[in-house]
Amino acid sequence: MPAVSKGDGMRGLAVFISDIRNCKSKEAEVKRINKELANIRSKFKGDKALDGYSKKKYVCKLLFIFLLGHDIDFGHMEAVNLLSSNKYTEKQIGYLFISVLVNSNSDLISLINNGIKNDLASRNPTFMNLALHCIANVGSREMAEAFASQIPSILVAGDTMDSVKQSAALCLLRLNRTSPDLVPMGEWTARVVHLLNDQHLGVVTAATSLITTLAQKSPEDFRTSISLAVARLSRIVTSASIDLQDYTYYFVAAPWLSVKLLRLLQCYPPPEDAALRSRLTECLETILNKAQEPPKSKKVQHSNAKNAVLFEAIALIIHHDSEPTLLVRACNQLGQFLQHRETNLRYLALESMCTLASSEFSHEAVKTHIDTVINALKTERDVSVRQRAVDLLYAMCDRSNSKQIVAEMLSYLENADYSIREEIVLKVAILAEKYAVDYTWYVDTILNLIRIAGDHVSEEVWYRVIQIVINQDDVQGYAAKTVFEALQAPACHENLLKVGGYILGEFGNLIAGDPRSSPLVQFNLLHSKFHLCSVPTRALLLSAYIKFINLFPEVKPTIQDVLRSDSQLRNADVELQQRAIEYLRLSCIASTDILATVLEEMPPFPERESSILAKLKKKKGPGKVPDMDEARWNVNGNTEHSENTEPTNKSSPPSLVADLLPTNRPRPASYSPTILSAGNMAPSHPFTDLLNMNSSPAAGASLLVDVLSDLSSPAPTPTTGPGPGPTDVCEEHFSRFVCKNNGVIFENQLLQIGLKSEYRQNLGRIYVFYGNKTSSQFLSFSSSVTSSDTLKTQLNVHTMPVDPTVEGGAQLQQILNIECLSDFSDTPVLNVQFRYGGTLQNIAVKLPVMLNKFFQPTEMTSEDFFQRWKQLGVPQQEVQTIFKAQHPMDTDVTNAKVQKTASLYLKPLCGGGVGLILKCCNVSGFTTRETLNRSFNGSLNL
Amino acid sequence: MIRFLLLFSRQGKLRLQKWFTPITEREKKKITRDMTTMVLSRQPRSCNFLHWKDLKIIYKRYASLYFCLAIENGENELIALEVIHRYVELLDKYFGNVCELDIIFNFEKAYFILDEFLMGGEIQETSKQMVNRSIEASDMLQEGDSSEWFEVELFG
Repeated sequence: MPAVSKGDGMRGLAVFISDIRNCKSKEAEVKRINKELANIRSKFKGDKALDGYSKKKYVCKLLFIFLLGHDIDFGHMEAVNLLSSNKYTEKQIGYLFISVLVNSNSDLISLINNGIKNDLASRNPTFMNLALHCIANVGSREMAEAFASQIPSILVAGDTMDSVKQSAALCLLRLNRTSPDLVPMGEWTARVVHLLNDQHLGVVTAATSLITTLAQKSPEDFRTSISLAVARLSRIVTSASIDLQDYTYYFVAAPWLSVKLLRLLQCYPPPEDAALRSRLTECLETILNKAQEPPKSKKVQHSNAKNAVLFEAIALIIHHDSEPTLLVRACNQLGQFLQHRETNLRYLALESMCTLASSEFSHEAVKTHIDTVINALKTERDVSVRQRAVDLLYAMCDRSNSKQIVAEMLSYLENADYSIREEIVLKVAILAEKYAVDYTWYVDTILNLIRIAGDHVSEEVWYRVIQIVINQDDVQGYAAKTVFEALQAPACHENLLKVGGYILGEFGNLIAGDPRSSPLVQFNLLHSKFHLCSVPTRALLLSAYIKFINLFPEVKPTIQDVLRSDSQLRNADVELQQRAIEYLRLSCIASTDILATVLEEMPPFPERESSILAKLKKKKGPGKVPDMDEARWNVNGNTEHSENTEPTNKSSPPSLVADLLPTNRPRPASYSPTILSAGNMAPSHPFTDLLNMNSSPAAGASLLVDVLSDLSSPAPTPTTGPGPGPTDVCEEHFSRFVCKNNGVIFENQLLQIGLKSEYRQNLGRIYVFYGNKTSSQFLSFSSSVTSSDTLKTQLNVHTMPVDPTVEGGAQLQQILNIECLSDFSDTPVLNVQFRYGGTLQNIAVKLPVMLNKFFQPTEMTSEDFFQRWKQLGVPQQEVQTIFKAQHPMDTDVTNAKVQKTASLYLKPLCGGGVGLILKCCNVSGFTTRETLNRSFNGSLNL
Repeated sequence: MIRFLLLFSRQGKLRLQKWFTPITEREKKKITRDMTTMVLSRQPRSCNFLHWKDLKIIYKRYASLYFCLAIENGENELIALEVIHRYVELLDKYFGNVCELDIIFNFEKAYFILDEFLMGGEIQETSKQMVNRSIEASDMLQEGDSSEWFEVELFG
């Protein structure tokens, strides 16, 4: 039985709870609950009207049953009835039930709203608070619609009680988060800012939360809050601890409010006004000074509250990133915490230092703590602290300490917890590549990784080492030698065998001169492990063998024998069997020349973002991997990463990664689909991901697009119009849409944009789907379409408005209606703006609305056709291209593609072709000739 | 912003749940399961913070109960830890040496106290006196109006 029963104990409820607790089994509990539910249902349905108390008690029982995890499908109405009771206690239970059980789309909302409305109007502060709490708890759109306009006035009215003001502020905050469009800024905005000056610290605390959220969305409207916040903060930090009475928490003056004010200031850059700025600096210094004072209490609450303020101050210092003295002091303070006996402080110090490591002023200071951090990695008992240590080592790594850090991480990996091994592997792989001065070290490191934690080495990691070895001539011999040595180990990981097989298959010849690693020795070494490994690895090894046949004619008979054996030719696995048969046949019938062409060394890989980094980002979730990586890894070298992330890089030569990954390096001329690409080496695996071969036959639509891409590239790039200036317009997936109408046009860590489009005559409609990939909301979401001035006269794009909030994981749909007025060559741009975690995101994507979308074929007789064709006799009106087809030609497919893509031809020819005639003939099966005729009068088959 | 607060016992029994953002019942159950397994498997004297998805989990054990708070990334962990402590203090002040049973049998009171303290995922009132004053005031109201129904309880 309960230890105390304060207020009104509901005896029946207490008995029921005891009964439940005494149930010996789950079944007994369910039985008891069902009995109770039947009882309550009969009471609710009974003829006798229930009095308020019974209603309250039964509703409370239902609530208890629901909170135990059982479904409740009745009683809502009775709960709503309780709202209109004039007894506080009944009202309160009614509201509690509704807050817990009513989801936002209940059909009872209008009844509930009615109850709330009465209570808000009652001028009884206790009732008003209950009503405001209910709005904040349910927070549905209907409620926001009903009350959003009323709450600001309650908040700023002169005669509102303090406690109601607090509730109103937080209620408004909640509504602003769920339905910002219903809470427009207005005359109340300025008055809310002045609540920062309120006498009552509780009001100030609630108001600061509200202002911070609003300021994140529209900083300009709340700029005046900076000076008020600084003034308030200054008064708090300089106050004697007793000044604030009950707002002093374990001898720390108003810690919650201080933290909130410091967070509000993080919405803005450092104040421009010099006096204000120095006052803020003084505050921050005072907070840092206090950290050095002896504690006023031994209680952990004292130190927690004090350090909470300190960490928030440090966060602000890092955010401003402008005062070197403060940054270095912050770093020293965190350095002290690194060795503090409180685990929490060590954890937080490691975490904060990660962000400090990216500031140019403090990067060096952070680096001085390297030994402490390495020590933490070795000695911390708690895995989450060790994980922060790994993060910090990763963040502080640069050219000067990379060898040490990589070595330490590798040695830690030997005993690391399984839960974080994969992440460490990725980090080591990234650091090793990023800071590789010579690639021998890189190759050694990765092979070590595979040796120590083979199971946790994901495909991306070993793909990457192969990419690099293939692209770097000078490391190939070393790599072959090293993998050969590593494979000598009696038990080596399958991943090592994959790397070994691939590298020896490509570069085994480089070490074949040494009798200890003669071709036969190499082959026997690989083949000795063949039977122990999985099908994909065996498939890869078979490909290595056929490459051996090309590299070393002397082992051809041995390998042919192996291929010919029953275990290969009659292997139960189709893939293995097919490879064995095909390779054997190839080796028998092909001449040396053909073999040499087919099995030529792999061409260098085209570069793009490291797949490893992408994987780490995915693993860590958006925003967790510091931006510096993103910039540094953009190997095209165009994006200069913000220089302050790492001063040592300024004068150093461009990172090795950049010259490793030439983007325009020509492919070998002999490159053709017949070459034995790695795509054939392991088709059962997502190998293509690694290779990114745009011309791979898998991409069916690429037939013409590839050819056309050369022609279309000199077309004038569209002018973005008055959109957000600095944003780069994304056109990565643009070309996909030449022949397609549906697909994903844009995707990053946060957002995916998909399109579904349909066209009829001169009209088009695009359904744009915005998918929020995170678990938190996008706020102030907006999207618009901009066109250049010329394009505006040619193409009408009408955008339907969208909801400004996109919930985590949710998808938002927007409809664009398009009307083509005349021929056009520019492209409209879709601009998307939203706020995620306080930062404004700007995305611009080229919308794949092209002239060819509005094409329609016209039937005409051959006489008509040729008559028109001949009329177009001027030389500029005809263009002819002859090219080799990459695939056998199918007339229907080709026709379909030509019709869809033909407009691209026009771009280089003229600003706006109107009609075109197109003749496409298939000469000798492999050569396509396309002839286009263009006319200016628009009469032809558009 | 605080996303949710869970109180559960050492056996993983959920004693109180407060969600500050709308989520489905299914999702709530899944999160609860994740939290209890994650927190209960922690070694003693580990740090009180965990990363979970894109949230920070702050937990602390008081006697037989675990208090588990999820805050958004970028929020202050230490102050969140003191949010928990302040709530415990408030419960303690109200029930007088609070124990798990108090929260089981007077769960509605535990919710009322929480509502005075937190709202919409933010701190509403940090002063213990202020919160207690309003709780006591509402208790006064309750005692005032429950007395007339005293007899009815016998039939409860």
